[in-house]
Amino acid sequence: MPENDTTPAIQFQGVGKRFGDNVVLDGLDFSVAKGDRVTLIGPSGSGKTTILRLLMTLEEANDGLIYVDGDPYTHEMRGDKRVAIPEKRRSLVRRRVGMVFQQFNLFPNMTVLENIIEAPIHVLGKPKAEAIASAEALLDKVGLADKRDARTTQLSGGQQQRVAIARSLAMEPEILLLDEVTSSLDPELVADVLGVLRNIAETTDITMLIVTHEMQFAREVSNRVLMFDGGKIIEEAAPDTIFTSPTHERTKEFLRAIL
Amino acid sequence: MSDNLQHLVDLLPQLGEGILVTLGLTLGGAVLALLVAFTLGFGSRAHTKWARVPSRVVVEFFRGTSLVVQIFWLYYVLPLPPFYVELDPLACGIIALGLNYGAYAAEVVRGSINSVAKGQWEAAIALDLGPVHRMRRVILPQAWPLMIPMFTNLLIQLVKGSALAAYISLHDLNFFTNELRDRTSDTIFSYTVGLLCYFVFAYLLTLVMNALEVRAKSRLGVGPSLREVLRLAPVQTKADVGAAAPASAETKGGDRA
Repeated sequence: MPENDTTPAIQFQGVGKRFGDNVVLDGLDFSVAKGDRVTLIGPSGSGKTTILRLLMTLEEANDGLIYVDGDPYTHEMRGDKRVAIPEKRRSLVRRRVGMVFQQFNLFPNMTVLENIIEAPIHVLGKPKAEAIASAEALLDKVGLADKRDARTTQLSGGQQQRVAIARSLAMEPEILLLDEVTSSLDPELVADVLGVLRNIAETTDITMLIVTHEMQFAREVSNRVLMFDGGKIIEEAAPDTIFTSPTHERTKEFLRAIL
Repeated sequence: MSDNLQHLVDLLPQLGEGILVTLGLTLGGAVLALLVAFTLGFGSRAHTKWARVPSRVVVEFFRGTSLVVQIFWLYYVLPLPPFYVELDPLACGIIALGLNYGAYAAEVVRGSINSVAKGQWEAAIALDLGPVHRMRRVILPQAWPLMIPMFTNLLIQLVKGSALAAYISLHDLNFFTNELRDRTSDTIFSYTVGLLCYFVFAYLLTLVMNALEVRAKSRLGVGPSLREVLRLAPVQTKADVGAAAPASAETKGGDRA
């Protein structure tokens, strides 16, 4: 990679997404620089989660283009026509993006270790011994080294979510999408998961896109906050600025409601 | 009554043959049904209508036509012009059973795959597992335990459906029952023996299927392993297998002791 690479990690160009008549995103433009930690806030239905799902190809945009590190992802322009990119090329971009889900979504038919090494071995083609070694290092990092051979069904929600974080990191993603990762956890388990994520933010340069209601966490980890409403970014600022002196009326209202 | 038993003993070789033929029809029919079920089940989920529409048509056709008529059709119609295909009666029975129950089981396959949680599919996509890999390593291992109880029902129905094979000259258990009646002239005795034969046959298959279910669930981390269940008692009954799941904690405790 060239020095002083200014290509954004993520770029949305005029992205629109509709579910039937419901317009979720409308001509959305924004970009995220490499290594940025961006938190998306806003009322539910404002399109935050949809942005993550578009980046994971769990949904497909109706208009516009999405670039990952300069590469067109799901669609590209051929002349002035927007054409879909075939699955094989999408896959090459997709494996640079990781996602952690609200519901963890660990595979119950595999042990903790198997969950983590499955994709590195079969998708990235890593040798098994190497995949196991890095999985063990990741488990150590999330504080679950002793759960290596446990079944996922035997773990608490917080432990499952930490395994899910390790599983997505095992793919060595350039971009990590965090979709309300603490929302389905019991309050006393939230701190562990946030601690792990804080540690990852401090020790790696992975670009992070975070949808969360944990404003304190957003404040500590992210360097930029985007406030969404009605599928548009209505305010954008550093966390200290937006949380202490929001300018937009909707942002003030939203923060008053949740803080 | 002792005459009846004497006749039954005399007819033991025929009973053995009947069991073998019914077993052949059952296993052959079940294997074919399983192949048909997965082919049509996956076909019905395909994105291209070129796979989906034919799959649906075949499923609806074989579900919607009578098994008796299907067997007779294969046996009496296929040898006629313009087909001129003369099938062995056993093959007729196996094909009819396989297609008929395979069509039902295709719905089981489709439904079970669709009922694996959406998050599992999404997590597999997020890890960039390809469609085949995703199905084989993530979805099917979770759909399989859902399929087994429904497959067990269909298998038992298939055993009973196989009795129709006696009408296309096969010497199966049903045929044996009639032979016994001819020999003893005791209708109550003969058909009661027939009922018992089919019951024992179906019950043994149920036990095998229950063992499969225990194993599949234990691989998902739900319930004890088959070894743990079998260690409880050397002779298994259906009730034991059923009751073993809630008792898993005790079983594990016993293992450590």
